[in-house]
Amino acid sequence: MTLDSIDEQVILPDPMALKRLAVSESGFVFDPVSGHSFTVNETGLVILHALQRDSRLNDIRELLSSDYDVDSQNLDRDLLEFLGSLSNQLEHP
Amino acid sequence: MTDQSDPEAQAGKLKPWIKPSIVMHRSGLVNKFGAVRRDRWQTDIEEVPIGELVHDFGSPLFVISESKLRDNLHRLMRAFTARYPSVRYAWSYKTNYLGAVCNTFHQEGAWAEVVSAFEYEKARALGVPGEQILFNGPHKPRAILERAIKEDAHIHIDHLDELYLIETIAKETGKVVDVTIRLNFETGYTENWGRFGFNVESGQAIDAAWRIARSEQLRLTGLHSHIGTFVLDQRAYGAQARIMCAFLQEAEDKTGCEIETLDFGGGFASHNALQGIYLPPEQVVPSFDQYAEAICTPLIEATYERSARGRPLPILILETGRAVVDDAESLVTTVVANKRLPDGRRCVVADAGVNTLFTAFWYNHQVLPTRELIGTPEETVIYGPLCMNIDVVRSSILLAPLKAGDTLVISPVGAYNNTQWLQFIEYRPNVVMVHPGKEVSLVRSAEKLDSITAHEHLPKHLSSPVKSK
Amino acid sequence: MSAIMVAPNRIAVTGMNARPDNPGPGLAVARCLREAKNYSGKIIGLGYESLDPGLHLPAYCDAGYLLPYPSSGDDAFLERIELIREREQIDSMIPCLDAELPIMTRLAAELEKMGVATFMPTSAQLELRSKDRLDELAGHAGTDAPKTKSVTEAGFFFNCGQQGWHYPFVVKGIFYDAEVVKSAEQGAAAFRRISAQWGLPVLVQEFLEGEEINLTAVGDGKGKMLGAVMMKKLAVTDKGKAWAGISIADERLFDASAALVAATQWKGPLEVEVMRTADGTYQLIEINPRFPAWIYLSAGAGRNLLEVLLQLMRNETPPEMEPAPAGVIYLRYAEDNIVPLADYESVIMHGWRVPVPEPENHKQ
Repeated sequence: MTLDSIDEQVILPDPMALKRLAVSESGFVFDPVSGHSFTVNETGLVILHALQRDSRLNDIRELLSSDYDVDSQNLDRDLLEFLGSLSNQLEHP
Repeated sequence: MTDQSDPEAQAGKLKPWIKPSIVMHRSGLVNKFGAVRRDRWQTDIEEVPIGELVHDFGSPLFVISESKLRDNLHRLMRAFTARYPSVRYAWSYKTNYLGAVCNTFHQEGAWAEVVSAFEYEKARALGVPGEQILFNGPHKPRAILERAIKEDAHIHIDHLDELYLIETIAKETGKVVDVTIRLNFETGYTENWGRFGFNVESGQAIDAAWRIARSEQLRLTGLHSHIGTFVLDQRAYGAQARIMCAFLQEAEDKTGCEIETLDFGGGFASHNALQGIYLPPEQVVPSFDQYAEAICTPLIEATYERSARGRPLPILILETGRAVVDDAESLVTTVVANKRLPDGRRCVVADAGVNTLFTAFWYNHQVLPTRELIGTPEETVIYGPLCMNIDVVRSSILLAPLKAGDTLVISPVGAYNNTQWLQFIEYRPNVVMVHPGKEVSLVRSAEKLDSITAHEHLPKHLSSPVKSK
Repeated sequence: MSAIMVAPNRIAVTGMNARPDNPGPGLAVARCLREAKNYSGKIIGLGYESLDPGLHLPAYCDAGYLLPYPSSGDDAFLERIELIREREQIDSMIPCLDAELPIMTRLAAELEKMGVATFMPTSAQLELRSKDRLDELAGHAGTDAPKTKSVTEAGFFFNCGQQGWHYPFVVKGIFYDAEVVKSAEQGAAAFRRISAQWGLPVLVQEFLEGEEINLTAVGDGKGKMLGAVMMKKLAVTDKGKAWAGISIADERLFDASAALVAATQWKGPLEVEVMRTADGTYQLIEINPRFPAWIYLSAGAGRNLLEVLLQLMRNETPPEMEPAPAGVIYLRYAEDNIVPLADYESVIMHGWRVPVPEPENHKQ
C-alpha cells in the first residue's frame, strides 16, 4: 500500500486540532484544548510544522525525501504510522 | 533544524533517516534521563564483529566467550583459595551442558556435578572419570546408581529410599561405598528448600547419619547442602557454614564418622537483573570475594579446633554455576518488525523469544543495539517470535527507534538457556564459541527438520496424510 | 564564628519530590540551607520526575535537574552528575532518599574525584542499618527492637502462625512503605503490592502499640552526635506520615541515639525512629541515613542542622549546643506554586530548569 492510494481526509489529523498546537523548536508540543503535552523527535517536528502550514501529503513526502536518506517504502510506512499515532493522540488521548 | 540552515543539506548531502515519533507525557513517566543509558551499543563480542557472526551463523545466535569462562573460574578460585587451603570446584552441568563449555571448565580442573542419568552419561562420554563426578538430585534410577557405584562416583543421597537402594547395590557388589548426605535447614536469610535432602532441625539428618553409621556397606564422608538460587545476601552462606559445621561436629561426635568434604552447593548470583529486585545488579550482587569471605571465615573458625586435634580440614566444594557462566554468553537476535500496541506503546518483534531465551521469564536482561540509535528513546516492549502472549523478552525498556533487520545483543545468557530452551514451533539456533585470537567455532548447530523428526515413528496406517482405501 | 568560607558554595540536594501527603526531605533540606547563617551559595535541586515540586521552586532551589533512577546503574548516574557538575559547578551533594544511599556511598570516591564532596555514612554503616539487622543496632542503642523477619514469598502469610507470627503485624518494604495487616489475605496483598514496587525481600515486623518519637542529628564520623532535635508526631496522614509534630526533650531517646552514633562512628545525617510502648519500653524501629522530611523543625527550633553539616564538610568543629528547646510545633500544609510552561518544557526536554535572567527593572 502506498500513500497515493489513501484518502488524505481519512489519514491526516483534524486541521483545526493541528493549528491549535503550540509547537516548540525543542520538540515540546502542547495541546491547549486537552492540556496534554508531547515530545516529537526531529523528523516528527518537520512533519508537524508542515502539517500546520497545510502541506499536502505529497509535499511532506517530497520535503522529507529531499532532506533525508530514506527510500519511499520506508518513508511511506513510517509516515503512515506517525500520522496515525498523531491523530490518535490528538483525538483520543 | 530548518532545512536551509543545515550545512549538510546545503552541501546536498542527505541526513540519516529517523523514524518520526510522538510520545505523550504521562505523570510519573516523564524522565528521559531516568533509565536510558545513552550512547550505548555493542558492535562486537570479544573483538569479533557481530555483523560477521550473524552473516556466518545466522540469527538468532548464541555466542560464548572461552576466555571469559576460564577467567571467571580463575577469579572464583582465587577468591576462595586465598582464604581456605582446600577448595574443589565441580561444574554444574544443568547450568550449561554444552560439551565445549563443560570441557573448558574441566580443563581448568573442574569436576562434574550431575543430577540425572543423562548428565552422568554426558560427563562420562566427555571423558570425565567417575571419581571426579558428584552425583546429586532426587532421581537416580537403579541402573545409573549401579554404574556410578562401580565407577566410584561421589553419590549425594537425597532421601532414605535412595540410601536403602545404594546399600542394596553395595551389598550385591560387595563394595563399601563412601556417601555424602544432602542437608536442608533454615539459614534465616533464604527460604528453606525442605524438599531436598534431610532436615537438620527436625533430627532427620542425624538419624540418616546414624543409619549410615550402622551400615556395613556405607561410610558417611561428606555433607552437602544447597541453600537457594540467586542468593543476594552473602550472610546466608555464613549461616550455612555455621550450621553445616555444627552438624559435622555432631555427626562425628555421635556416630564416629569422619567427614572429608563439605559441599556448599551453588546459588551465587550473577550480574543479571532479577525481575522484582529494585536495584541494579552492580548494587546488589555480592562479589566472589564477599561470598568467599562469608563462607571461609566461619568455616575456619568452626574447624580450627578439629584440625588442631589432627583431623585434616574438610575439602570445601563449590558447585556454583550461574555466577561463572552467565556473563560469558550473549544472544544475538534480529528485529523482525515494529508495531504500535492499541494502548499506544511501541513494540518490537524479535526472532528470539522465550523459546530460545528461557531466562526472560525471570530476568530483565540487558538489551543493547549493535549500532548507535538515533531518535527519542521510548518505552518499548520486546516480543519474541512465538504465537503466544507470554512470549515477552522485555516488558518495558527505553529504546530509540529500531529498523527491521537491526540486531540486538542480549546478555548475560550463559546460565540455564542452553539447557532449558524449548523446541516449540521454532528450531533452536546455532551456538558458537569465540576462542582467544578471535577464532570462532560452531559448538552446537542449529536444528533442522530432521533433528526433530528423527525420533518420531509413524504407524503404518498413518504414514500418509491421505487415508488409504 | 570564623568568616564564611567559600566552599561548599554550590550544593546539590536530592529528593525534590514533595507530594502534599508524603513529601521527600529534599525541599525541607533546601529550605534549611537557604536559611543557614553560614551559607549564601547556590542550591541545585535534584529529582526524578518532571513534576517534582522542588525542581520548580526558585525560592529554595536556584536550578533543578532530573537524575536517572538509582536502578539504572552506576554509569548513567555518574554521567548525569558529571553533566550537572559541568553546567552548575556543583561542589557537594546532600542525598536525601534511602534508595540513593547505596549508590552514593559506593560512588563516593568517584564523586570526590569529580570534585563533588559528600558527608554521609560509609557502606558498612549503611549495611548495619539495613532493616533486617535491627537487633544488632538496638544492642548498640541499648533499646529493644521489634521482632523482624525477611519474607520472600506470599505463602508465608498463610502459615506464619506456625512460625510464631500472629496477626496483626506490619509488612514493610526494604527501602520504604509499611502497612499493618490483620489477615493472611491482607498480608499477601500487601506483600505483592510492596514487593512489586520495592522488590524483595519484604520484611514483616511485630506490631507495637505506642507513640512514635523521632530524633534527627548529624554524626561527626568520630563517634559524636551533634545538634539533636527530637520530635513527637502530633497528627499523621493515612500513610502514617506526621503532618504535625512538636519538639520534645526525651533523655532516653537522646541517650540511645548518642550511643548508636558512638558505637557505629556514624558519619552524616541520620533519623532515629523509636516506639515508646504503653509499658514504657523503647523499641528501635529504624535508622534512616539522611535527614527526615520534618528537618525544617530543626531550623525552627534554632538548631538548623544544615549549618552543622556544613561545618563538618568544611572541617570546622561545630560549637557545643544546648539541646533544642521542647515545645516548638510544626504544621505541614500544601501550597500551590505557579510554574511557567517554559520551565516545565525545559525539565521535560532537557531534564533541567535553569534560572531566567532577571529583568533589570524588575521592581517599579
